[in-house]
Amino acid sequence: MTIPSYWRTRKQRLSLQGEICPHCQRRLFPPRDICPYCNGPAKVAIPFSGRGRVYSFSLVHNAPAGFEPYAPYLVALIKLEEGPLVTAQLTDVSPDEVSIGMPVEMVTRKLREEGEEGLITYGYKFRPLLQAVEAS
Amino acid sequence: MREVAILGLGQTPVGEHWEISLRDLGAQAVVAALKDAGLEAAELLVVGNMLSGSLSHQENLGALIADYAGLRGIEALKVEAACASGAMAVRMAYLAVAGGLVDVAIACGVEKMTDGSGEETTTALAAAADDLFESDQGVSFVALNAMLMRRYMHEFGYRREDFAEFAVNAHRNAARNPNAMFRRPITHQAFAEAKMIATPISLLDSAGIGDGAAAVVLGPVDWARRQGGAIIRIAASASATDSVALHDRDDPLDLQAASRSAQRAYAQAGVGPQDIDLFELHDAFTIMSALSLEAAGFAPRGGGVRLALEGEISLQGRIPISTMGGLKARGHPVGATGVYQIVEAALQLRGQAGENQIPNCRLAMTQNIGGSGANVVTHILERLA
Repeated sequence: MTIPSYWRTRKQRLSLQGEICPHCQRRLFPPRDICPYCNGPAKVAIPFSGRGRVYSFSLVHNAPAGFEPYAPYLVALIKLEEGPLVTAQLTDVSPDEVSIGMPVEMVTRKLREEGEEGLITYGYKFRPLLQAVEAS
Repeated sequence: MREVAILGLGQTPVGEHWEISLRDLGAQAVVAALKDAGLEAAELLVVGNMLSGSLSHQENLGALIADYAGLRGIEALKVEAACASGAMAVRMAYLAVAGGLVDVAIACGVEKMTDGSGEETTTALAAAADDLFESDQGVSFVALNAMLMRRYMHEFGYRREDFAEFAVNAHRNAARNPNAMFRRPITHQAFAEAKMIATPISLLDSAGIGDGAAAVVLGPVDWARRQGGAIIRIAASASATDSVALHDRDDPLDLQAASRSAQRAYAQAGVGPQDIDLFELHDAFTIMSALSLEAAGFAPRGGGVRLALEGEISLQGRIPISTMGGLKARGHPVGATGVYQIVEAALQLRGQAGENQIPNCRLAMTQNIGGSGANVVTHILERLA
């Protein structure tokens, strides 16, 4: 990843900022200038709640360059509460605990380090939804 | 529009060609196709390729391969549509001939995969996905397909082992194809025990990547009549797109670009899936075979794997697929694959498919899928005489 590209997408990577289409009300993540559902202009930013459910997942053994030190790691398609699917890693969970439909929430984590002097990339991952424990 | 025929076919074996460079691979296929057509010249060369820039640090392939094939001076360019680059090159050559602007056009698919390390190749292939919001999350191209497979198993109640027949069938057919990369059968047990790449996709769900080049010479049907022998007409050539990112689709298991391009192709040729004698589909992963069969109308949603379990994809089945080994076992030189599919379908229609010959076939379909279903090219070939 290049530094300008990372900087340009910081609002998506760090706060899951998407858009709402003012014409058809669809929620879009990642944001884009033309709504793919009604083809109208879409430029109204909204933050997503970060909560959703696992739509599908995979344990990656053969990683792309830059991700080898982390293999094997979990990736998933998350169905966000607001509607869109998002592609992300799962964290704080072991592979045999993951299932389709599992509730998850977004957290900010390190994605990778590009060598000794390179960029350290942070972004969204999803972990099992933490349940509040009621005080007794 | 003029009717377009395939005048000549050329292919190199798929494999690890340590002694042959990108340019020579492409040139070998072009020269072989011209020789097969009985021609020495063409007006246009369209090269289909995906990875030359990232793995071989070489672009400008149109001019380079034209020069090394002895065609210096002709019009030439490269087209890229991820894993569908090969069939897209054929389609661009087809448009030029069908439109009457060019009489003889060559489409050559070429890919040199072994110039990069495994990680470099995995990274380069991931460029077929959405770089900002898929690949940057550490999601490999295999992992995208793996998530499709797991969702498919979840929705339709299949086990991983149920996909085995796609790989077993491909290897059985590749064993009798002298140009195939993996000329050996595999067992259902080997499939069940294969090493995982990205769960639930194993090594034996996945196409083998290798070096290779294939080429076709296209010209007006009238020229083919003068050639003598079987005339192979391009009855349909159609392509369609979808979002590049899987997450941008409401239903990722519905490959809409595949169904759109298939429907357009059926309409052009005036036929339906019931008329097709063989289908060279894009079996980059076993799940893609199932989804492609469904998108092209050979099985209902969720029924692609059932078709394989019932033996209907073998050479003797209702709809033979991967008849020369498919991407799985002939090998998947990414940007060349779409041209291999068309060369193999044409060999079947000519009656030159050797031990894998499907008797009396008249209509063959090919479908080349770029990315996770983002850019799909479907062709229907017809034997006229």
